[in-house]
Amino acid sequence: MSFSVFLRGVVVTAEKNIRIYYKKAPVIIFGILFPLFMFISFYIGRDIDISRFFPGFLAMTLFFTASSVGPLITPWEKQAGTYERLLSYPVTVSTIILGDVAAGMVFGAFITTLVLTAGLIFLAISVFNIFIMVISVILGCLCFASLGVLLASPSSKAPSNVMMLSSLVRFPLIFISGIFVPLQELGWTGLFLSYLSPLTYLVDIFNACLNGTAMLPLAVDILGLAFFTCIFLVAANLLHKRNLIKGL
Amino acid sequence: MTFNFNQGLTIAQIITFTVTAITSVPLFSSYLRGVDTINPIFTHHLPVWFGFAFILIAIIKISIRKKLILNQLGLKDAWGNLNGKNEPAIEVSNLTKSFGRIIAVNGMSFTVSKGEIFGFLGPNGAGKTTTIRMLTGILAPDKGSIKIDGINLAKDPIRAKMVIGVIPEAGNVYGDLTAKQNLALTGRYYGLSKGHIAKRTEEILTALGLYERGDDFVRTFSKGMKQRVSIACAIIHEPKILFLDEPTEGLDVQSRRLIVDTIQRMNKLGCTVFLTTHNIEEANRLCEKVCIINKGKIAAIDSPEKLKSTFEKTQTIEISFNQRIDKEALSNEVIFGVESMGDKLRLHTDNPDKAVKYLVALAQEHGVEIVSLVTCGPSLEEAFLRLTGGGE
Repeated sequence: MSFSVFLRGVVVTAEKNIRIYYKKAPVIIFGILFPLFMFISFYIGRDIDISRFFPGFLAMTLFFTASSVGPLITPWEKQAGTYERLLSYPVTVSTIILGDVAAGMVFGAFITTLVLTAGLIFLAISVFNIFIMVISVILGCLCFASLGVLLASPSSKAPSNVMMLSSLVRFPLIFISGIFVPLQELGWTGLFLSYLSPLTYLVDIFNACLNGTAMLPLAVDILGLAFFTCIFLVAANLLHKRNLIKGL
Repeated sequence: MTFNFNQGLTIAQIITFTVTAITSVPLFSSYLRGVDTINPIFTHHLPVWFGFAFILIAIIKISIRKKLILNQLGLKDAWGNLNGKNEPAIEVSNLTKSFGRIIAVNGMSFTVSKGEIFGFLGPNGAGKTTTIRMLTGILAPDKGSIKIDGINLAKDPIRAKMVIGVIPEAGNVYGDLTAKQNLALTGRYYGLSKGHIAKRTEEILTALGLYERGDDFVRTFSKGMKQRVSIACAIIHEPKILFLDEPTEGLDVQSRRLIVDTIQRMNKLGCTVFLTTHNIEEANRLCEKVCIINKGKIAAIDSPEKLKSTFEKTQTIEISFNQRIDKEALSNEVIFGVESMGDKLRLHTDNPDKAVKYLVALAQEHGVEIVSLVTCGPSLEEAFLRLTGGGE
């Protein structure tokens, strides 16, 4: 397969997903409203320095938005009976997966940029390293969009089941990744668990870029995020192929 | 080299003619005139140049036989045979697929010729959908090979998928997109330009009676209209082979007619059609060849008429009287089965002549009128039932 044909398949799939799935209620609820309510419930009634926790909230926003589209697409397509037609087009399963990942990435990057811009304007936060910030937003979006697509791999025909599973996986991560409790304040067990979460590395990069304080060297954070991205992409590819026929 | 103009010229023959003509005409003309009008080197070394020409022809012929040049250029199908009707569009060999311990498709082999409408029939669970999913590259077979238009599906699935159009069994179109957006999306997957997509969209939606609703969301359409959008998506790129998995199932008469007309129109334009259906009568009317499968294996494969004639001894008579007649009274030595069909009776016989004479006499004897009487030859439905064990 030529690269141009492959790329065309990815782009068309991503465009299709953007047009159809961004407006779906689960994406808006789990992608936008959830992180917003989490932030409000944490912030209201407490005397905290919001700019100190802003990198964590930004990472949480990116995490929720980028990973909210992927779990929905495959179950929705199987339920609607459009998945078989999609497979009959000149695409492979890998093309479809990357198209789904791209849709999640664009959604995550757009909302994160909006929140970051609002933070820069209203909270007078400054970015220490714009280049690293841009790279980390892209890498973070890729990583968590891939996680979202991986979560869709059980291939249930009911999108609600997959969204439930995705909440089960995503919620614990935000409590162990240094968003609400800074990594420096975690005990050994907490720290060990936090290193198992890809979100930790993104929070640490954002802390470095926006607050100038990081727990780990930047290279380790970026490598950690890249490692999890590879794991999610490979696992999504394998599991989607294995469960292809389920629910068709 | 033999030429059969009824079957058309092969690419090998065309290239041989062309190369021979290009090399021979200037050489001969200069040789006969005895002057070096082209270049002295041509006439002085004439035998050598003839030798080169023949070697070149031989190389081209060998290359074509090995499908090197044409496969590389992707031209085999357009050039392989100008008629093409006798070339296989689909070649299936020893196709096998299991799900756990259940063998859904068991060593199936068949060929579909180019330009043919091929019916694929079988009872529920016989393996039709699994087979069509393997042929369209959705499922990978456990064993066996599939060639679509000469392209090995396992080795080059994208190229094979580019030449096919598919209406899957559960092949809905996107309800959140309009009919035109669905077609544009499909066209873009096949790499069509915007202009071409717009032109084809207008053509197809008009032909399918949907142009006025082109900008409406598909979720607002009826089942028949959705299926028409589905077939529009399958043909927007003018595929060489069209796969349809029960395309008219559960549709209204108008939609069914439009879809059947579209299938026939595509076929007239040279498209090969692979059709699975439960509607035996539809297969009988549309298909040049039918394959009946049962329990994952081919039970029979032939033209509908030949399949019917396999069961020639059984014929039926459909008769309707103006009064009710006891079914028992109709049975005799030539009528060996009577069944009710609404206000008619269907009688099975191996001697229609004697049976009709008997029925006329019986009507006179009972003082009843015959409202209608039709003799029917052996049906494809009967062949289907016999082959799949449904008639036992």
